[in-house]
Amino acid sequence: MNEITQGLAEAGRLIFSLDPDLLEIVALSLRVTLSAVVIASAIGLPLGAWLVVNRFRFRRHTIAVLNALMGLPPVVVGLVVYMLLSRAGPFGVLDLLFTPTAMIIAQVIIITPLIASISHQTIRDLWAEYHDLLISLSATRRQRIAALLWDGRRALLTAMLAGFGRGIGEVGAIMIVGGNIDHSTRVLTTAISLETGKGNFAFAMGLGFVLIALAVLVNLTIHSLSRTERASVW
Amino acid sequence: MNLKKTLAAVLAILVYGQIAMADDIRLAVTTSFHNSGLSDVLLPEIKADLDLEVKLLVVGTGQALRLGKAGDVDAILVHSRKAELAFLEGGFGTHRREIMFNDFVLIGPSADPAGIAGVKTAVEALQKIAGAKASFVSRGDDSGTHKKEAMLWQGVKGVGDVPTQGWYRAVGAGMGASLNTASGMNAYIMADRASWLKFGNKGDLTLLFSGDPVLFNQYAYLPVNPELHPHVKKELAVKLENWLAGPKAEKLISDYKIGGELLFTFNAK
Amino acid sequence: MLQSETAQKTVHNTILPLTLTGAIAKIRGKTIVGPINLTIGPQGFTIVMGPNGSGKTTLLRLMHGLQRISGGTVTCGLPDAQARVRQSYVFQTPIMMRRIVVDSIAYPLRLRGVDKKTARTKATDWAERVGLGHALDRPAPVLSGGEKQKLSLARALISGPDILFLDEPCANLDGRATREIETILRQAQAEGTRLVMATHDMGQARRLASDVVFMYGGCVHETGPATAFFSGPTTPQAAAFISGDIVE
Ligand SMILES: Nc1ncnc2c1ncn2[C@@H]1O[C@H](COP(=O)(O)OP(=O)(O)OP(=O)(O)O)[C@@H](O)[C@H]1O
Ligand SMILES: [Mg+2]
Repeated sequence: MNEITQGLAEAGRLIFSLDPDLLEIVALSLRVTLSAVVIASAIGLPLGAWLVVNRFRFRRHTIAVLNALMGLPPVVVGLVVYMLLSRAGPFGVLDLLFTPTAMIIAQVIIITPLIASISHQTIRDLWAEYHDLLISLSATRRQRIAALLWDGRRALLTAMLAGFGRGIGEVGAIMIVGGNIDHSTRVLTTAISLETGKGNFAFAMGLGFVLIALAVLVNLTIHSLSRTERASVW
Repeated sequence: MNLKKTLAAVLAILVYGQIAMADDIRLAVTTSFHNSGLSDVLLPEIKADLDLEVKLLVVGTGQALRLGKAGDVDAILVHSRKAELAFLEGGFGTHRREIMFNDFVLIGPSADPAGIAGVKTAVEALQKIAGAKASFVSRGDDSGTHKKEAMLWQGVKGVGDVPTQGWYRAVGAGMGASLNTASGMNAYIMADRASWLKFGNKGDLTLLFSGDPVLFNQYAYLPVNPELHPHVKKELAVKLENWLAGPKAEKLISDYKIGGELLFTFNAK
Repeated sequence: MLQSETAQKTVHNTILPLTLTGAIAKIRGKTIVGPINLTIGPQGFTIVMGPNGSGKTTLLRLMHGLQRISGGTVTCGLPDAQARVRQSYVFQTPIMMRRIVVDSIAYPLRLRGVDKKTARTKATDWAERVGLGHALDRPAPVLSGGEKQKLSLARALISGPDILFLDEPCANLDGRATREIETILRQAQAEGTRLVMATHDMGQARRLASDVVFMYGGCVHETGPATAFFSGPTTPQAAAFISGDIVE
């Protein structure tokens, strides 16, 4: 109990003193996860829509696999990405290991199935509603996907936020491919893990509260932005 | 359109964020070295003296050696003589330079149910723990600390090469995480002195045994072989080595104390 | 603009006549409609009538290619996919996209590659013609039932179709709006659009029809020119339907 209150106090101190190390870590956390969310959305949202409007032989299987990939253990993803990016691996020459880019790659792999799967479910309902109209208007496959993504954008934002949530709180993969290097690849979660390892529970808790506050802040910002975009809600 | 702008901004950050400022070098070190806090003292001085940014990868010895073998780091600083020699034999490193040593200590509940406090040797202490079937937490992560511990168990009778009984808990984690586990279970554990002194969650644990020469723990610096990995920063690795073995490092290491206790003994030649 | 383009269609109407030969629609093995033999000639205003569940909607969807055909053929001057581009359809239950009115009406033009500005200008035109000029910026899903039907009509007409299928487009409209819509439909007909409309409104049918298709039990029960149908139906079911009796 005592440690939790200490953690809260520590979080308050960190935030209000605008600790430069903390700001750096927070900025990198945001940079990595937001980039990953944007890239994963660029892949996952059209993929989700594509799976809705296309009938092909292994569609059900593909969707089942996608849903299963939502539970992909980050550590495994991290290990695979590590082996790919390692100097001894196929993409070693790119020299991406232990850089934020490597962390983004790992998170994209973790988040994309989640975003694709959630958006697939959302878009399926919208497609049921639009189906006859879009067929009647002879919309091409690409146009159908575009219409579903655009008109479903509010609901799809939720899918993206879910992806953000999974990314910002993820530690297993980015620890391996990022290396938790101070001033270089240290993010909130890896810092928490490090401080816990040192037995600095109050400090770790403080960082944890900062992480939660950050996640809440991002969610609130996105929601308020998307609501003011159009005056009325439908 | 809004999305495009966001995308462009993100890409810009991605690209520009990547540009490094000064020279940098990747050094894989063990958790125990980092947890001691010594790196926080040395790194800023290195930056000031050599204008060299040392990017520390804090991992277990096993992983550090793997990173070196794969050429993912430029040099390693570890403490497991046998594994280091095998590393050199495999041609993965150019040479091995001893820098400093610290020692391992045995930690346990203050009540000391196994009664290891007064014994003469480390093996004897472990024998008592085995005899009392007292809970013992092992790193179990193939780290230098773990390797040293496993070596000591080989001298203990009645447990085989490495204990497999229920009281022996191999947690497969770093020093800090293992200490946390030991603290939670109120169990015995072997730790390096630095990590123990710096550890913030001691609970009922206390230092019970130390001083056996077998517990000395030599740290060595091994640059990765540039013949195997042409991309490694050979000159920077040498520069760093000379600094670590030099007089400035000697003074900083010899002055580094926690609670009045000396953590490392500089012995570079 | 649109009017002059469509006016010429009377001459080069390659897609008509539309012919159904033994066309059958089955859903889960059960025949819903058919077999149907019917020809939609090059000109006119066909009214599809019949009691609830007699298969009017299914017939229209068959002709438009929305309902998969399980037997027989539906043919017109062009292959299926190309034919549909030149047809429009007003659904019995309006489908509203999550967009504002003007963008909803402009959507078919946008699909055809018309730039946003031109499409919006034309959509504004059409919105005013169907009486939605005051609601251009309103989200389509919040419109009233009647307004939604007006939007559907504008959206169907904006692309200047060769054939327009309408499934009870005036079901929710008040008397005045119904008349306004009828004027628009007549105008479209004059400009060369072939109209096929299902309705339950006997007065409307008499006002607009050039010929009538009477559906009963999933089949075309009776068909012919409007005047003949209304003055002397040949089947007792059609007679009863016209006089407002219950058709068993
Ligand atoms: N998807 C479906 N599954 C099962 N039955 C269906 C389906 N679609 C239509 N039917 C049935 O086919 C018959 C004809 O339906 P249709 O919608 O064509 O009738 P309608 O003449 O348009 O009726 P209404 O005047 O009520 O609009 C009805 O009995 C209906 O229940
Ligand atoms: Mg109907």
